[in-house]
Amino acid sequence: MASVATFETAIAEPAAREARIAWLLALPAITLLLLFILLPTLAVIVLGFTDFELGYGSFRFVGFENYAELFGDRTFRRSLWNTAVYTLIVTPVSIVLALAIAMLIEAETKGRAFFRTVYFLPVASLLVAMATVWQFLFHPTIGPINTFLSLFGIAGPNWLGASGTVLYGLSIIGIWQSVGFNMVLFLAGLTAIPRELYAAAEVDGAKSWFDRFRLVTWPMLGPTTLFVTTISIINSVKVFETVKTLTEGGPNKASEVLLFTIYQEGFVYLRVGYASAMTVVFLAILVVLMFLQYRVLDRKVHYA
Amino acid sequence: MTPNAPSVARIARLTVLSLGALIFLAPYIFMVSTAGKAQSEIFSSSLSLIPQQWSYIENFSKALSRVSMGTLLFNGVIVCALIFVIQIVVAIPCAYAMAKLKFRAARTMMVLVMLGLLVPIHATALPIYVAFDRLSVLNSYAALVAPFSISVFAIFLFLQFFRAMPDELIHAARLDGMSEAGIVARVIVPNAWPAITAFAIFSVVAHWNDLFWPLIVVTNQDYATPPLGLLYFRAAEAGDDYGALMAATLIITLPLVTAFLLAQKRFVEGITMTGLKG
Repeated sequence: MASVATFETAIAEPAAREARIAWLLALPAITLLLLFILLPTLAVIVLGFTDFELGYGSFRFVGFENYAELFGDRTFRRSLWNTAVYTLIVTPVSIVLALAIAMLIEAETKGRAFFRTVYFLPVASLLVAMATVWQFLFHPTIGPINTFLSLFGIAGPNWLGASGTVLYGLSIIGIWQSVGFNMVLFLAGLTAIPRELYAAAEVDGAKSWFDRFRLVTWPMLGPTTLFVTTISIINSVKVFETVKTLTEGGPNKASEVLLFTIYQEGFVYLRVGYASAMTVVFLAILVVLMFLQYRVLDRKVHYA
Repeated sequence: MTPNAPSVARIARLTVLSLGALIFLAPYIFMVSTAGKAQSEIFSSSLSLIPQQWSYIENFSKALSRVSMGTLLFNGVIVCALIFVIQIVVAIPCAYAMAKLKFRAARTMMVLVMLGLLVPIHATALPIYVAFDRLSVLNSYAALVAPFSISVFAIFLFLQFFRAMPDELIHAARLDGMSEAGIVARVIVPNAWPAITAFAIFSVVAHWNDLFWPLIVVTNQDYATPPLGLLYFRAAEAGDDYGALMAATLIITLPLVTAFLLAQKRFVEGITMTGLKG
């Protein structure tokens, strides 16, 4: 009996020891993950059902009251709409531009590194600082953009100061900032396409540049494009820095975006419960986007 | 295919690329040019890039005197360095355990990591802020660093990297009598430099540029990071002294841009490798 038991522990011992060490190694990460990600996420969901305000001692559960208020909240609806418009401008434009630039650079033999550096520079620059520069470029009277336009007799708009144009102004900054990032991902995707495919397409009668793009480049880039699209959308939904720095949601809430509204409600007006409900909506949007990506990934893009 | 003969297509390509490059560089060109112009010249709204009167010294001294640029840059470096070191120290052992050791929680961990990838700081900010407020740790390096001590993204990245490492390497080290912690420090880390560099660039770029979290937890200028400091500077300048403003922008943008220009290949690799942002 005794000998069987020792035999068993002799086998079980190393495995148990390995599991114990693994636990020890993972413990700091697990603790911090619970503390700073899991717990706060659950807390935000719970807080969304309360009327908690920072500075007041007590709070009570109010069920779906916050969400009901959200539906009728014109600022929040405006903010959702603006975020959607911003995303719908920035994502497609920055993807198409990035793909075009990547293909032009890929086709070029000289100056590749130079162009890559130039287009990537905005990604490595401090956005708050560059937003300040853009504010100067967009200045209605002394800004270079409007001065340039006036050379052609065009009276430039008050870009960031008028409710009709502020979202376009912010979108231009957003596009400028994200093209380089997308371009680099596309460049990586383009270099991975086997040269033989182009030769084969040519043999099969794909004579023009456009045929080669349609038959080889575009389908082969499928996974990259999907990845770039998802990241671009998520980053656009998260627009905050430029809005906070340049417009504070104005003029007249014309540039109120999701994260800025949450920031304003939660950290300026300290209405934590209400802002939590907004955060839950924000989180739900991210989850839906990721879910859509997985669905498309599962179904379609299996070329590479 | 004659790559060196200047064909029409090639000229068109280069023209388009150069024009685009000029547009992308325009903000930097105007930043440098305006930082050297006097107020009166800026308001004459001419497109000339070279200042008539060189006011660089004047504008830079204004920028340096209104907000303590030294403190800002120092805070930026401290915060980014702390975040990066803690992230690495926490994530690498965990990723090693998940990749190379057998333990039952590994699967649950994987699910947690994937879920964690979905949740940005913007979603967890409110409860963490309330907790920090209760613990009265706002306005401190700890408040700036703590929420980022765990990077599920780092775990995810290293996990993939470690899985590709040959098991023989680890077995050999074990036979030599090395402890698991010793293996992590002396076998895994030296072999993981490419992944560590890539993650370092990703982490530093993200946190050097972050405005959201510092804006929430810091109200005291002493702890302001570069983006937050620039925001203070803008408020103090009432936004009209563009010369000084551009000088300040230049000072604050320069460190990271210089780092990028010096190590651009690594930067591009790092950011593509770590594709996912946020």
